[in-house]
Amino acid sequence: MTTSRNQLHLGVAIDGHGAHPAAWRTLDDAAARGLWDGTVTTRHAQRAAQGLLDFVTLDDALAVQDGGEGRLRGRVDALLTLAKVGPLTSGVGLIPTITTTHTEPFNVSKNIATLDWVSLGRGGWRVEVSTSTAEADHFGRHQPMSEAEAWAEAADAVEVVRRLWDSWEDDAIIRDRPTGRFIDRDRVHYIDFEGARFNVRGPSIVPRSPQGQPLVLVDACGQAATTLAVATADLIVIDAETGAAAHERVSALRTALSDAGRDPAEVFILVRADVVFGATSYEASARLAVLDRHEPWAAHPGRLRRLGTACAFAELAMDWQAEHDINGFVLAPAVLATDLGRIVDELVPTLQAAGGFRKQYTGVTLREHFGLARPTSRYATASAGSS
Amino acid sequence: MSTSRKQIHLAAHFPGVNSTTVWSDPASGSQIDFASFVHLAQTAERGKFDFFFLAEGLRLREHRGRIFDLDVVGRPDSLTVLAALAGLTTRLGLAGTLNTTFNEPFELARQFASLDHLSGGRAAWNAVTSPDSFTGENFRRGGFLDPADRYERATEFIATVRQLWDSWDDDAVLADAYHGVFVPDDRIHPFSHSGAEFDIHGQFDVPRSPQGQPVQIQAGDSDGGRELASRYADVIFSRHASLREGKAFFDDVKGRLAKYGRLPSDLKIIPAATVVLGDTEAEATERARHLREQQVSPQGAIAFLEQIWGRDLSDHDPDGPLPTFDPDAAGLASITRGRVRHEKDPFAVATKWREVAEANQLSIRGLIIEMTTRTAFVGTALQVADRIDEYVQSDAADGYILVPHLTPHGLDDFVDTVVPLLQERGSYRADYTGTTLRDHLDLRVPARVADGSAE
Repeated sequence: MTTSRNQLHLGVAIDGHGAHPAAWRTLDDAAARGLWDGTVTTRHAQRAAQGLLDFVTLDDALAVQDGGEGRLRGRVDALLTLAKVGPLTSGVGLIPTITTTHTEPFNVSKNIATLDWVSLGRGGWRVEVSTSTAEADHFGRHQPMSEAEAWAEAADAVEVVRRLWDSWEDDAIIRDRPTGRFIDRDRVHYIDFEGARFNVRGPSIVPRSPQGQPLVLVDACGQAATTLAVATADLIVIDAETGAAAHERVSALRTALSDAGRDPAEVFILVRADVVFGATSYEASARLAVLDRHEPWAAHPGRLRRLGTACAFAELAMDWQAEHDINGFVLAPAVLATDLGRIVDELVPTLQAAGGFRKQYTGVTLREHFGLARPTSRYATASAGSS
Repeated sequence: MSTSRKQIHLAAHFPGVNSTTVWSDPASGSQIDFASFVHLAQTAERGKFDFFFLAEGLRLREHRGRIFDLDVVGRPDSLTVLAALAGLTTRLGLAGTLNTTFNEPFELARQFASLDHLSGGRAAWNAVTSPDSFTGENFRRGGFLDPADRYERATEFIATVRQLWDSWDDDAVLADAYHGVFVPDDRIHPFSHSGAEFDIHGQFDVPRSPQGQPVQIQAGDSDGGRELASRYADVIFSRHASLREGKAFFDDVKGRLAKYGRLPSDLKIIPAATVVLGDTEAEATERARHLREQQVSPQGAIAFLEQIWGRDLSDHDPDGPLPTFDPDAAGLASITRGRVRHEKDPFAVATKWREVAEANQLSIRGLIIEMTTRTAFVGTALQVADRIDEYVQSDAADGYILVPHLTPHGLDDFVDTVVPLLQERGSYRADYTGTTLRDHLDLRVPARVADGSAE
């Protein structure tokens, strides 16, 4: 076991102004509007980096958000937003959602590889599918897919993306003046993926990125998504309302991972949690009550939600890690401006004091935060003999 | 400062996958590292350039059945790099090529609208068409386009993208916390398009961006390409950088605008050009000669010749004479893939090349160096400033997109020495006067077309 397994890993969802549907109403108008140019998101990512968090996630979809006039509506592309954030931050990992149902795996591969280049090794990918009729109508290429169908296709997309990330070996660029060769083409590989739904020839146009393989995050909600998570995810995010539920879920996943021939030590299981913090438990509840008066924050079935002090959450986190074999949490703060501050200023120091969280970034890449080595390209051995 | 002088527009093209780039020079840095992009972009912004441009490649080129390894190979994704540069620049326009064949209007529209938001109104899209199934092998949809249909798809694509960009009201986002209204329902207008290539409808998900519509660039040189540009483009790239060819292209394209109800100033013509500077004219000329030798390596010269001859010529000496036999017409179609071909008749080219080589006593490499020399501004800073200004003032161009030889320092000297001379004579801005790329290009902000019906 690597030392990082004794440490908690923390990610935070920095979507909009917070996970509560009325989060934007706590801000003045200008701040509520200032989402599109990425400044709000940059500020939140910088705050997360101050707290030495492992990563931030930014969600995306190919349609306007549901919920009507009272909800925050409108998007800017999550990958491009985090690309802007990349050079303006250091330390914190950057994980945008990119859906696979209506996009090209070749493009997804070069997008995330390039995010990894511009952030010097902090890129990741949260895989998601599109099953809505609205999204299908925006592309007009096929009827909406079922969850099962869409996730099966996503599995092909992830396989293609991972192969493309490996299609250039690390030392493929040789710039050899005597022979005039810029690359050693024995070290650049066709991937020749042939699936039920599409084929991709390769190689990528992007040389292998700083991490080699950026981290792939999958929310294991539902059977189809769980299958993909077990097959290929580096970070698996689960819902669990109680320690017992987490325990059961984690042991099932670890068994499945072993059965799939994967090293369970190289896969990290994180619990998603809605959080509302206050100086006291009462204050946290009062804050939520004020927000809920605008619009109630519907609880996601089976998802952990905690109102209270950051200190109390720290206790829960360390307890779940010790007792239930989880590796950490992905926090969805009700209001980022408030709750992210409490995470950085209170939750993290409490965990640090208890020896449960890093006191500084010990690496520069996202993989390093998880103690994961930089993998050799899957194609490297093939050419080692011939070159 | 004289206000009567026509203003020059300058842009910077990051040197990458083409033979202009001299990667073998000891002063050449990485073509891949983000730091190289940052340096060139910040240099262009220091020089008050209109925009920074990244080309696109979706399949590594192949030559004689293998990946071509003699030029720069590989590049990061353009849009992702441009978004990353948005946070490190404040005025510079950010332009990228995206293909209309291997993308869908909804996704591309949201990407450029996003870049426009992230950069505060500095995004530009160079729309290119590609019919080739070779590139299509990297895409799930494959290469399905009949070459004859490529401009039809491009036209329909651009019209649809514009409709999407216009589908939110300018002031759609109310963010009225008191009444709890973020965006009123009636400010997001549904879109619907049904045509030969696309049948889509719904609601666009990105609010109208700072420029209303990101700047549209076109690069086509054929009649179809020029027509498409005259109808839709704000900027057209060309290969006609010489005075005579430049003027002919300028007159032709500007002459097409009236029938679309557009003014000559609505479309800026910006040929690609290289610059070689020296303290003296002789030094610049010598430097240009040396550069050409670096650009055309012995192996590169043979590969170039093989593209015309359509067959393996690796047994030929680059410093020896041209082949005495004729090109192999059958081999031409497949010898190089993933590269735009400009030579139409290989037999005529071969005959002409043999004549030139014989008349000038040129070896294979010497000939390739001679025949592939691009139009360049070569001379002292003063000479180059004079010529650029003269060409623009005499309507051979509205400005130039400069393709430096070296990464990432290739424009340092130009910005330090030529730009101040252009500024002195009142032909070039002393500082940015606006914040958006449309401001820099002196283009009007297009009014939103309500319920725009793309034909």
